[in-house]
Amino acid sequence: MSLTSRHLLGLYNVPKEDIGKILDSASSFKEVLDRPIKKVPTLQGKTIVNLFFESSTRTRISFELAQRRLSADIVNFAASTSSLSKGETFKDTARNIEAMKIDMVVVRHQSAGAPQFLSRIVDANVINAGDGRHEHPTQALLDMYTLREKFGTLKGLRVCIVGDILHSRVALSNIYGLKTMGAEVSLCGPATMIPREIDKLGVQVYHRIEDVIPNVDALNVLRIQLERQEGGHFPSIREYHNYFGVTRERLEKAEKPITILHPGPINRDVELSADVADSEHSVILQQVLNGVAVRMAILYLLSQSN
Amino acid sequence: MKSTLFRNARIIDPSQKLDTSADILIDKGIIKKIGKDIEAPNNTQVYDLQGAVVAPGFIDMHVHLREPGYEHKATIASELTAAAAGGFVGVACMPNTNPAIDDGSIVRYIKEQAAKAMNGMIDVYPIAAVTKNREGRQITEMAELSDAGVVGFSDDGNPVENTQIMRIALEYAKMFNKPIIQHAEDKALSHGGVMNEGFVSTTLGLPGIPTIAEAVMIQRDIMLTVYSGGKYHVAHLSTQAGLHLIREAKESGLPVTCEVTPHHFTLTDEEVRSFDTNTKMHPPLRSQEDVDAMKEGLRDGTIDVIATDHAPHSYDEKEVEYLYAPFGIVGLETAIGLSVTELVKPGILTISQMIEKFTVNPRRVMDLPQVIIKEGEKACFTIFKPEEEWTVDIQKFKSKSKNSPFHGRKLTGKPVGVVNNNEVMMN
Repeated sequence: MSLTSRHLLGLYNVPKEDIGKILDSASSFKEVLDRPIKKVPTLQGKTIVNLFFESSTRTRISFELAQRRLSADIVNFAASTSSLSKGETFKDTARNIEAMKIDMVVVRHQSAGAPQFLSRIVDANVINAGDGRHEHPTQALLDMYTLREKFGTLKGLRVCIVGDILHSRVALSNIYGLKTMGAEVSLCGPATMIPREIDKLGVQVYHRIEDVIPNVDALNVLRIQLERQEGGHFPSIREYHNYFGVTRERLEKAEKPITILHPGPINRDVELSADVADSEHSVILQQVLNGVAVRMAILYLLSQSN
Repeated sequence: MKSTLFRNARIIDPSQKLDTSADILIDKGIIKKIGKDIEAPNNTQVYDLQGAVVAPGFIDMHVHLREPGYEHKATIASELTAAAAGGFVGVACMPNTNPAIDDGSIVRYIKEQAAKAMNGMIDVYPIAAVTKNREGRQITEMAELSDAGVVGFSDDGNPVENTQIMRIALEYAKMFNKPIIQHAEDKALSHGGVMNEGFVSTTLGLPGIPTIAEAVMIQRDIMLTVYSGGKYHVAHLSTQAGLHLIREAKESGLPVTCEVTPHHFTLTDEEVRSFDTNTKMHPPLRSQEDVDAMKEGLRDGTIDVIATDHAPHSYDEKEVEYLYAPFGIVGLETAIGLSVTELVKPGILTISQMIEKFTVNPRRVMDLPQVIIKEGEKACFTIFKPEEEWTVDIQKFKSKSKNSPFHGRKLTGKPVGVVNNNEVMMN
């Protein structure tokens, strides 16, 4: 079993069959995580580099756990401890690492397109762990896995992504993946945080959270990055919470419970009120667990597609 | 130099409304005779042009020669060779060198270097900075720079942002009848952007530069031109909105002119999907609507000049992540091919109109003498074959840098040679 591409650079134009394969094999790997011994020999003898040019805690840990549970040998490379501070280029760094006979590279980078660039200069399989505000495909796949687990199918599911869409790589990957799988996707956020012409991707855009809540099955609530306030994209955290915050009071207006996702880390009582984050309709911790299984599935499938 | 005889030339000279087939005999850099079946005198180099077009020598009025300061990207000698290969007898060079072209000594240095390259066959017309060190604070010594031979003023790469400085620049430069050439970009609007803002930037997650960043600056500058009466030229126009403003300004009789690059009338922001850093330039590649507007502007005469914004960058500088790559591409050696392919072949311009945008109009904007193809005049020609098909190969470029998005592109229309300053160079 393998995918149509040897890399996972994003979910744009990734066929439905590939996404289906990843989600299906993630189910098998999730069983592994429930065993007393949570380790399989699938990637024994394979070497994977985690190339993180931007700080990350949960994505890096999730990838690392997935790799260890598949018995891969791993090397972690973080920009702050690397030769980048000595002025080495991205290309030289990548080629030097590859010269050490690497099978796969997981890359996170500030620049959109860095994984595409990397895939042109190295022979290893490249997995995008977040590039600028472009894509974060493994996050979207774990979101989709979590939704499918909860609802049984993604087809016809009504999902709204709430928050700063403009600066979000999670939003774009979710839009691409969910649309491919037949979900109905809408967006909600301040007009200054909705990128131009995004409606051409076939998504509805809302600016009032009250208009969204009665008509969705799930909300994927994005983290508000506090530094965006300095860029003038919104006037204050207070106003954001008062007008776009997902609160119990607002959710109670819906006829049936709405499932809450969040890619983390949460700003409690900013984009999401604390009681909602901890409620029975929040699947935030399932997302974290599923993240390991989904990444195991991706690593396994890409290792098969050489 | 011995004399030269071009047989079977198709002479097209828009200023005389001339389009005729003839032989041309040149002696000591002067056109000695134009006519049918001219007999070759002794010791004459004869070229059979087989119907190639001979036009008044082309000028590219927007070139970055990179010297002094950035010789790892390009040198005056390397880029003048590229200009000749691309069919240009002259280039106007932008002042974003290091040091910037902001005093007479740098102008003289550039002219000296140019005189040494290719026996001085390619004319170099320096454009001086509007402000000292292109910092936007204090205008340069424009009187002295004009006497040193500059043809205009620009802070290209940067806009003249401060409205009062722009007003003063227009008023001061008016004394010498020199244009202020504006890189029209409102930096607050374009801040951090690396490509056109629109659907494609949204899907790629790359920070955008909106079309209004250009149009807002042009609008302001036109108001200043109305008030001050100076000469205003918009460099590398890229937007439909900017074009509309210039069209209106021209209709009301203002001394406003503009240029467009071949890449802005050829490529759209869809090209950026490859994340190829040779699709990154200032202003960015725009939408199809903007590309169509550029063609319409060329057709109806709103756009006066085709200029390349030739911007060499070394291989290593461009071989980086998209966000960090420098802006700009080389253009000298693809300009004629792209113009014939995109404008003449589809019937947007006649060959004669295309020639005007490469020689008559840039000379008018920069207040340079016109070139006329007739007996007794200086021989200054661009020779090209409008029907010839070829494929762009960046490895064959004479430019020191190869940063072009057109590698492998099939073009119609190829430069064959140039004649200028008593020198002949045939490709």
